[in-house]
Amino acid sequence: MSVDAPLRTAPAHAARPAAARRRRPLRGLWAKVLIALLVVVEVYPLVWMFLTSVKSNSDYLNHSTWSLPTHWEWGNYAEAWTTGHIGLYVRNSLLAVVPSLALVLLIGAAAGFALQIMVWKGRSLTLLVFLAGVMVPSQLILLPLFTVYFRTGLSGTLWPLVLTYTGTGLPLTVFMMATYYKTVPRELFEAAAIDGAGILRAFWTISLPMVRNAILTVGLVQFFFIWNDLLVALTFTNSQDLRTVQVGLLNFTGDFGATRYGPLFAAICLNVFGTLAVYLFLNQKVMKGLTGGAVKG
Amino acid sequence: MHRVLGDRRAVAILLGPALLVYTLVMLVPIGWSLGYSFTKGNSITGFSWAGFSNFQRLADDPAVHDALWFTVKYAVVVTAGQVAAGYALALLYTFYLKRASALVRTLVFFPVVLPTVAVGLLFQKFFQVAPQTGPVNSLLELVGLHSVDWFGSAGGSFWVLVLMDVWRSMGFYAVLLFAGLVDIPEEVLESARLDGASGLRLIRHIVLPLSFPVLMSSAIFSINGTLKVFDSIVALTNGGPGSGTTPLTLYMFQTSFTYGDYGYGSTIAVLLTVLCLLVTLVVFRVSRRDLTKG
Repeated sequence: MSVDAPLRTAPAHAARPAAARRRRPLRGLWAKVLIALLVVVEVYPLVWMFLTSVKSNSDYLNHSTWSLPTHWEWGNYAEAWTTGHIGLYVRNSLLAVVPSLALVLLIGAAAGFALQIMVWKGRSLTLLVFLAGVMVPSQLILLPLFTVYFRTGLSGTLWPLVLTYTGTGLPLTVFMMATYYKTVPRELFEAAAIDGAGILRAFWTISLPMVRNAILTVGLVQFFFIWNDLLVALTFTNSQDLRTVQVGLLNFTGDFGATRYGPLFAAICLNVFGTLAVYLFLNQKVMKGLTGGAVKG
Repeated sequence: MHRVLGDRRAVAILLGPALLVYTLVMLVPIGWSLGYSFTKGNSITGFSWAGFSNFQRLADDPAVHDALWFTVKYAVVVTAGQVAAGYALALLYTFYLKRASALVRTLVFFPVVLPTVAVGLLFQKFFQVAPQTGPVNSLLELVGLHSVDWFGSAGGSFWVLVLMDVWRSMGFYAVLLFAGLVDIPEEVLESARLDGASGLRLIRHIVLPLSFPVLMSSAIFSINGTLKVFDSIVALTNGGPGSGTTPLTLYMFQTSFTYGDYGYGSTIAVLLTVLCLLVTLVVFRVSRRDLTKG
């Protein structure tokens, strides 16, 4: 139905005989029902999640799942944040995400510049070596990294996360930055160099401002990858004090013995609405960035 | 003229840090893992040489066979679901909503950015039967059916998992495929319509063949992601009931960290990598052949 309806309502058919036109409202209705259903399927789980997050335990267990909260238990959020340690986990996540993101963008952009703008032998091979990293499952690098972090005494800090996120984020970042630098003419940097700015300065003061949109896009993509990561965080956080939001949320039920539903849902809400806020402000960029990375990867 | 852009010192300064981190965090560990697959032990107890025994064990281990089968089954079903749902949405955007599609596109895309762990827990509660009847089971009871204990069986868990991952990423594939559909020249569609093709026939004979390349790249991307599935499963079922929904990634993780067997864990990781490479190669070959024929 969804496939059928749109075509027949296309403007090319507007001049059809009356019989066809009379059937059109019905088709339009079907499509509208479909879209309404789509909206419900996308939005209702989140509405339900939010409503449940402000219910008390007895409210959750004794009333129908459709019902509104009998009274709004905002304390669930405070409980999740403090007793549930979500505050600590958010801090840990930020401490891991911000440095990794800054590092991966800076050295990724520099590498993209070196691989795309600069002219030297072996640069396409080097780009290919970076690109191959997109294919490798993280499972293949976890165990040696664990050994190294353990031997060097980095375990017990957030450094393993920062280093691993930077390394695993590089393939896509380098490739996307190199692609964006294709649109910048080389001559610009030659001219700048003749005017007395070294190539390093040209990279910093001329090229970076020119690709700042690209950096924002790649940054968003990497932000979601790193913030939402579970595998790496689960592997390298060996104590509760180091847990990131995702690892903390996974163990949330355990800490409360699976009985405190309100705070659990409040914790899920905090996690979901955080990323949703970023998306609401920058959705066009996020969509372009994430799908752009896919076509090339 | 290219003298400035060929400055080797500058190349080293710009590329050096990225290449160094990439080499240390990815390239060296890849080789190292290959080495581990010939050993026994872990980083705390130390390693001893094991020859090919891990590979022998891999071939005979029924848990590996189950995990491999589950991984492939999951990847095929979810890839088909994601690409099909994405394509249906993309057709809806292109031919029905047209310029008004931006809002719906943005809305359907948003689950892509949500943390998988949060979505997993949400679906777990959404489909639960006890201690409180979740919305899905309530709905079933409302229309006169019985509640289903979705997570009590491997089959039920599997379908919830599939549903969740399609829900999570259909908006992503819709946008990807929408970009491909918009590229089809309006004149081609117009002339096909003048020749009398409409509705499903127009889709089958004109739109589908023209969007075949972007469908293929979506499928390659999807299968590459679904073969590596980890977060969704850990959050939703943690591999259960029993080991009914355990893919290779999770089995590798359990072998390495729950049982402390790094050698065998690495061997499973190698198997997973080979699987990813093989599948990508096969899909590439198939898509190339079809393109030259069509």
